[in-house]
Amino acid sequence: MTENGCEHRERVLTMDTMNPNIKRVEYAVRGPIVQRAVQIERELKMGVNKPFTEVIKANIGDCHAMGQKPITFFRQVLALCSYPDLLEDSKFPEDAKSRAHRILQACGGGSLGAYSTSQGIEMIRQDVARYIERRDGGIACDPDNIYLSTGASDAIVTMLKLLVSGEGMSRTGVMISIPQYPLYSAALAELGAVQISYYLDEDNCWSLDINELRRALQEAKKHCIPRALCIINPGNPTGQVQSRQCIEDVIRFAATENLFLMADEVYQDNVYAEGCKFHSFKKVLFEMGPEYSEKVELASFHSTSKCYMGECGFRGGYMEVVNLDPEVKVQLTKLVSVRLCPPVPGQALLDVVVNPPQPDEPSYDTFIKERSETLATLAEKANMTQEILNQVPGIKCNPVQGAMYTFPCIHLPPKAILEAKEKGQSPDMFYCMKLLEEKGICLVPGSGFGQRDGTYHFRMTILPPKEKLKIVLAKIKEFHQHFTDQYS
Amino acid sequence: MSFLREISPLVRNTFLSEKDVLLRLAAQIAAEIQQGERKDYIEVLDLSSGDLHRGGIKPITFVRQVLAACFYPALLEDDSLPLDVKERADDLLRQCDGGSVGSYTDSCGITKIKHGLSKFITRRDGGVPSSPDDIFITSGSQMALMFMLKLLVQSKVPCQTGVLIPVPTYASFNLALEDHGAVIIPYYLCEEQGWTLQVEELRRALHAGRKTCNPVALYICNPGNPTGHIQSRKSIEEVIRFAAEERLFLLADEVYQSCVYREDTKFESYKKVLSEMGSTISSTVELASFNSASKGFMGECGLRGGYVELVNLDPAVKEYTRILFSTRSSPPVGGQIALDLMADPPKPGDPSFLTFSEEVQSIKNMMCKNACRIQEVFAELPGISCQPLKAGFFVFPCLHFPPRAIKWAKKRQMEPDMLYCLQLLEETGLHVRPGCEYGQRKDSHHIRLLVATHEDIMEDALQRLKTFHMRFMKEFS
Repeated sequence: MTENGCEHRERVLTMDTMNPNIKRVEYAVRGPIVQRAVQIERELKMGVNKPFTEVIKANIGDCHAMGQKPITFFRQVLALCSYPDLLEDSKFPEDAKSRAHRILQACGGGSLGAYSTSQGIEMIRQDVARYIERRDGGIACDPDNIYLSTGASDAIVTMLKLLVSGEGMSRTGVMISIPQYPLYSAALAELGAVQISYYLDEDNCWSLDINELRRALQEAKKHCIPRALCIINPGNPTGQVQSRQCIEDVIRFAATENLFLMADEVYQDNVYAEGCKFHSFKKVLFEMGPEYSEKVELASFHSTSKCYMGECGFRGGYMEVVNLDPEVKVQLTKLVSVRLCPPVPGQALLDVVVNPPQPDEPSYDTFIKERSETLATLAEKANMTQEILNQVPGIKCNPVQGAMYTFPCIHLPPKAILEAKEKGQSPDMFYCMKLLEEKGICLVPGSGFGQRDGTYHFRMTILPPKEKLKIVLAKIKEFHQHFTDQYS
Repeated sequence: MSFLREISPLVRNTFLSEKDVLLRLAAQIAAEIQQGERKDYIEVLDLSSGDLHRGGIKPITFVRQVLAACFYPALLEDDSLPLDVKERADDLLRQCDGGSVGSYTDSCGITKIKHGLSKFITRRDGGVPSSPDDIFITSGSQMALMFMLKLLVQSKVPCQTGVLIPVPTYASFNLALEDHGAVIIPYYLCEEQGWTLQVEELRRALHAGRKTCNPVALYICNPGNPTGHIQSRKSIEEVIRFAAEERLFLLADEVYQSCVYREDTKFESYKKVLSEMGSTISSTVELASFNSASKGFMGECGLRGGYVELVNLDPAVKEYTRILFSTRSSPPVGGQIALDLMADPPKPGDPSFLTFSEEVQSIKNMMCKNACRIQEVFAELPGISCQPLKAGFFVFPCLHFPPRAIKWAKKRQMEPDMLYCLQLLEETGLHVRPGCEYGQRKDSHHIRLLVATHEDIMEDALQRLKTFHMRFMKEFS
């Protein structure tokens, strides 16, 4: 019945008639715990008494939200592009102006407000291709293989759409790491694809084990057709940076098993640990010789949301496709045209990211200083986080080699696990909810990312400002000890 | 040989727009001109897409000043920007985490902006209440449409979902439908009556559709693209009643709502009319209405700002809508800012009001003048006729080809209007789109051209078209 007493005709769109795949979609990063955090923030604003004065949201990889400053040069160029009258303003440096001018010339009608082609502004794709070539030691990159996108997520979902087909036993299976960034599981659920989970090795710094890949694949072949292998490097939520050897092994595996490789490399500048280095899948692939470089199909993804830019709101990103069947490429180009075009400010931002100030330019010094400071701060916080958490009995934290998160293993007393199950909650959700209610810290339970049965984790970002992060870590330590005592 | 050739059939079947041919030719000609190859014209005149800025119209100053200040807050200290720009930017930045537009926002859009949109909607609809919780901001209205399709469409036979769509309709929506595995059920708009929507035709289409699929939704574009038609209140009521009787989910694409030319014509939203149709209908018919910052006088297509307002949606489904949105992180912040400024523009007394209202008025005047001029020119030309142009960005005139022209096109294995457009482009440099791309009744032919352009560009385009058309008609008479 409606409020005014009229009888409800049965709606057209109900839980029963809705696309059934949608029911399976979940996204823990913005899930129930975050909703509760927002509610608590409102309560605090209304003056409700709590054991804390603010909620610290360490759930989402949002750098600026946590106080990281944008790169001045990038924002100057974007302002100039938005309001070209500023090109006459002497307060803007010449190198910012020249880049803005160049970008605007590539836009329809000289405006960020014109549609671009669905693949993205050609000049920008060329610049991205040059950037990739520089990054990969000269290995050629064809701008035509670059697809600009609305953040990396857009391109990832598009690629998955292209890959998924078949019914029943011949339904497409897609391999994804456990733990994983839940965009993948959500997209696979939405598409009705089969998720093939392969476990990363927690005892070995979350590294990838080929034997485990093989196991997962063999198992999966019984009920689906595995077509793709997704890998996130540097890893989210785990923070591991894969070794070159590992990347070669994965490529060899994909070649042997005829799998399409999806390499999510959005954290490629976020590498902190000694002895760790980012190796792009494309680079390694081509250095392995034509036997692999001419055969293995690869899509690599990058974005302006992470690294030192942290510009999530702009939704800038791209995908590079390698060895894509030309006919399939036609389909891909058609598929991206459905959403018209990626946001042009995001495209413009990406262009400046791949064309940063050069040593002989006026903005260079400031740019380098800002970039180095941002990355150094992240490295410091990564180190501090793993040190402090590892001091807590019952919390075990792998080195945060890269990315922006820590994914420690938490030991939960059996009584706590029982109470959680009675409440119908996964134990780590139970833990995280209590942490939120008692300390005002919002993390995401490991169950949102996947973990081995019987193990529990949480994902915390290393993004809060250093002093705040210290406080957060201290509170977690307190909480964990209290929680352990309470349920022992 | 890639296994990917066994590609998802949903993707493979997607209609490949014939505009590729025209686009390629246009690019080729532009390149030739640049290389100094002589033609009868010095440049390609592109009236093919609904892109105001590409067509030479300048962005609204206030919008771009606010955007610039939000992107680079140091400008808030700048003397050159008006006070209301700075206040607005400052206010928007306060809504962003960390005071930066680089942060993610709520997946469905910044709360304050949704509040602004709901107020805008209520004002527009003469007081009909609107809740920010029912508003979902997206990266362009096309994305919002696609989200609705994701919820509504089941692509598994035998209960494959059908969606009723008007003929003609713009090409990328067809693409979106096929991409989601929906069955397209076309209903023909009545050209002779000015592209009106006839309920009998809806009924015919629905019954035909029920034989092959499960029709679930009815899509309307009002004001129409490409037709430029604006629905009368009576027509909207008929459609709503039809949807109520036949249990259809209404998808009302209203992105051109602010482009109405004629004094005697008024846009009324589906929501408003629905709210005034008695409680049985108004509280039960499910409606999604779409709007965007890409059209209207702002024309900010590249910023990707759009929204959908959901009326009478099942609360449980709404929850899933929210989850679905959350997986796409958040809509682009530039687009959100544009929407906020669209919903709440400068008011009389504000420092920017004068410039703002002049700019908006000038665009409106321009479109009105163009609409008149087009009808004038077409009235003089044989073989081309046009329904009264009331709203939107385009005109969709009918071409009456002589039989010889049709034969010639058949020989070339092409649609006559496509061939007409290719020749038109080649001979005069004028780039418009053929009716076959939008759908039309059998043996009828049309072209679509942009009306929302500078008066002198419009005049240039009309002269080129006139010259070509006369020659073409003479050749095939």
